[in-house]
Amino acid sequence: MSVAKPLPHDAAPLHVTGQARYVDDIPLPVGALHLAFGLSTIARGRILSMDLEPVRSAPGVVCVMTSEDLPFANDVSPSAHDEPLLSDGSVHYVGQPLFLVAATSHMAARKAVRLAVVDYAEETPILTIEEALAADSRFEEGPRVYGRGDVPAALARAPRTVSGRFEIGGQEHFYLESQAAIALPQEGGDVIVGSSTQHPTEIQHKVAEALGVPMHSVRVETRRMGGGFGGKESQGNALAVACALVARATGRAASMRYDRDDDMVITGKRHDFRIDYAAGFDDDGRLLAVDVTHYTRCGWGMDLSLPVADRAMLHADNAYWIPEIRITSHRLKTNMQSATAFRGFGGPQGMIGMERIMDHVAHDLGLDPVELRRLNYYPSAQAVSEDASGGRISAKMKALTPYGQVVEDFDLHEMTEALLASSDYAGRKAAVAAWNAANPVIKKGIAFAPVKFGISFTLTHLNQAGALVHVYQDGSIHLNHGGTEMGQGLFQKVAQVAASRFGVGMEAVKITATDTAKVPNTSATAASSGSDLNGMAVKAACDTIRERMAAYLAQVYQADVTDVHFADGHVTVGTERMSFAEAAGKAYAGRISLSATGFYKTPKVDWDRIKGDGRPFFYFAYGASVTEVAIDTLTGENRILRADILHDAGASLNPALDIGQIEGAYVQGAGWLTTEELVWDDKGRLRTHAPSTYKIPACSDRPDVFNVALWDGENREDTIYRSKAVGEPPFMLGMSAYLALSDAVAACGAGYPALNAPATAEEIWRAIGGMGDEL
Amino acid sequence: MSKIHVTTTVNGDEVEFLADPRETLLDCLRDKLGMTGSKEGCGTGDCGACSVTLDGTLVCSCLVLGVEADGKQVGTIEGVAEGGVLHPLQKKFIEHAALQCGFCTPGILVAAKALLEQNPNPTETEVRYWLAGNLCRCTGYDKIVRAVMDAAADLRGEAA
Ligand code: FES
Ligand code: FES
Repeated sequence: MSVAKPLPHDAAPLHVTGQARYVDDIPLPVGALHLAFGLSTIARGRILSMDLEPVRSAPGVVCVMTSEDLPFANDVSPSAHDEPLLSDGSVHYVGQPLFLVAATSHMAARKAVRLAVVDYAEETPILTIEEALAADSRFEEGPRVYGRGDVPAALARAPRTVSGRFEIGGQEHFYLESQAAIALPQEGGDVIVGSSTQHPTEIQHKVAEALGVPMHSVRVETRRMGGGFGGKESQGNALAVACALVARATGRAASMRYDRDDDMVITGKRHDFRIDYAAGFDDDGRLLAVDVTHYTRCGWGMDLSLPVADRAMLHADNAYWIPEIRITSHRLKTNMQSATAFRGFGGPQGMIGMERIMDHVAHDLGLDPVELRRLNYYPSAQAVSEDASGGRISAKMKALTPYGQVVEDFDLHEMTEALLASSDYAGRKAAVAAWNAANPVIKKGIAFAPVKFGISFTLTHLNQAGALVHVYQDGSIHLNHGGTEMGQGLFQKVAQVAASRFGVGMEAVKITATDTAKVPNTSATAASSGSDLNGMAVKAACDTIRERMAAYLAQVYQADVTDVHFADGHVTVGTERMSFAEAAGKAYAGRISLSATGFYKTPKVDWDRIKGDGRPFFYFAYGASVTEVAIDTLTGENRILRADILHDAGASLNPALDIGQIEGAYVQGAGWLTTEELVWDDKGRLRTHAPSTYKIPACSDRPDVFNVALWDGENREDTIYRSKAVGEPPFMLGMSAYLALSDAVAACGAGYPALNAPATAEEIWRAIGGMGDEL
Repeated sequence: MSKIHVTTTVNGDEVEFLADPRETLLDCLRDKLGMTGSKEGCGTGDCGACSVTLDGTLVCSCLVLGVEADGKQVGTIEGVAEGGVLHPLQKKFIEHAALQCGFCTPGILVAAKALLEQNPNPTETEVRYWLAGNLCRCTGYDKIVRAVMDAAADLRGEAA
């Protein structure tokens, strides 16, 4: 049995010796060309003229293309066909690709693009939320609204209310491997594309459209990415399409990778949000009504902004039952990079908005923020399953989300209890208070944050997956599925599933690159769904082969098929015992098909995004964290001193990989809310386009004490070995770092801190300045 | 642009290549010598993915010119395992699951090896600050630090 073991990443030996190949490491045939885009330098306007002669005559340049040279579709959008690969004459942001250069080296291509002389008719860009609202520049006809009850009336009736505004910055993915693609021309106009993408099928689709060929003429392969985090769900389309076009036009292999600053300037990032809120509650802290309005800057193209903004709305409740709630969402179109998927996909923004409200209410009432949260939690899974009353305020009713799904698996009551104990929350909170009373300059803060994250693609049809499994006559197994490997260990987990179905060791299973020629019509590896979907599809394929083998062997040995067992590298048939390899050889000789496809679609999900009603999620994943920080009140400098995490991965398929995901996600989430600041100037130019100006957490920022544990539970839904998805949910554990900083700032005065995210040193210093006199 | 003939030693083997005088050592390693273990994460000396040693000193190969390697000893990730035997750091990285996407891993291993060569008994804080120039977006660093501490103990002949 190979599931639920802490096995290392399948490619670990390749990684530590430098042999693991990423797209840009693949050896290219002689004569391969290297590509670069020429980028716009204004945020909005029209191109009056573009002199590309100096580019064409630059050393090493082989070909230059503009939108007029594109024979078929000029589009790389994953959604609304609104993102031309190369500008059609209109300019929508600083960094938009205008033309394409292919040269004999990467450096020659990059140098040549800078020689273009472009003349623009510049228009005033729409950059801020105010500007977008004033111009009614938005996606969809107006704001989307989900909720229930008469919220203005309920707020008016409430004994107490708080209201406020909270700004949340975006985030650069900063996958360490920047975007990359290669294209190799084939006979008959076909093309093979290698892409660092989370979505090979989309690449195949967009390349086919651009070349004017059916999808069967394009084969896309992805072995691994050097990180993705959502940033390679749609943002790799442009590179792959550009390579394919050049390969088609020149008959030569084409390769493209963005340098880091190009990557940051061209590609989309996490959506930033402004959240306006009002909450009504009683004197005990029970929430009665919440009104939240999300404003998000989506950038120039639609990309995935609608489902991102939807998911933010679907997480605006986080873990709390709110009797009457209204969630309004404005998806604003601005002259910036087209914001895109990023781990959590809007969920983190919706959730931190609610946590900010909880914090504000607790501060208003002088209650312990954890107690307030527990008071408002959804009812426990047990209470919901035992509830037969059907009364007006029954557990079932209190388990109803604003969008009509019943929360049937709520584990946070028990998890909170366990984490508070293991992290000694009460003792440390008292110690923090004592420290703050004694120390005027360095203040400490401590905070708890719960996470409830919905698992499934909200676009229901994406919740499907396929797999292809071959058993060779020597007993070795070839495994392929639609998921992509970006470091999350998906291949390892899925291979463990295959090994356990056949009762063989991991060495018998070969994990192969994701390949659109092996498994078609795949969904992006996103929404944390990788192992849920692909694990089940692989299981189905393995079981088909296993059943065929068992039926044949039972017949040969005159045994009952139920007496055939696959375990420990062997197959037993009644009293006969043979190695798995022997069994495979026998089945082959008996003319049994040892190849099968598998398919899976998530059950139960059903969602109407316009009405905001239904069951968007198969289940929820839970987590909780406690973070302690210290700030220097004179400079705003700060440190995370300790983080304690308890996270629910169901019955974990691989605890080592899951704990790694949780640690990395927490640090990335904390980075989003603390040091990672994106700055655009008033011309719409991104000023933070390199690691020198954009600060992701470094090794020295790691919390001094970092305790991570898995909650010992099983998924109540029938997922692969009862595990839970773990890619995105722990990202939001980083919220407690922000909340702890806010707690530390609160120790500097009597008011509620006006602390926006990211809580950089400057922002903390500014918020302290707004706190007024010392307590 | 005329090219310059460079003779250097990479992981103990003498190699020669022709380099444009403005070409980085990283590009020379990757494009001329086919040694793609060293990665480019930023090209500006901020991420450490391109870490190599030059006459024993840890450098960002994206900030060194290929021609500067002339007559020097270059050490890359490809030379960390000797004779097919993994270095204790490499073993501990696998054992501790200290990598996810693996893109930062070669640079971190080269940097960690350089640390242990000059300081066989580092404190955890020393490891964390030494590796502060090596960015990793996936792991959150915890397992990396543990793996380095464990490998250091191993190299000192202590059971961790
Ligand atoms: S690539 Fe050299 S430091 Fe980032
Ligand atoms: S493992 Fe992905 S950057 Fe470190």
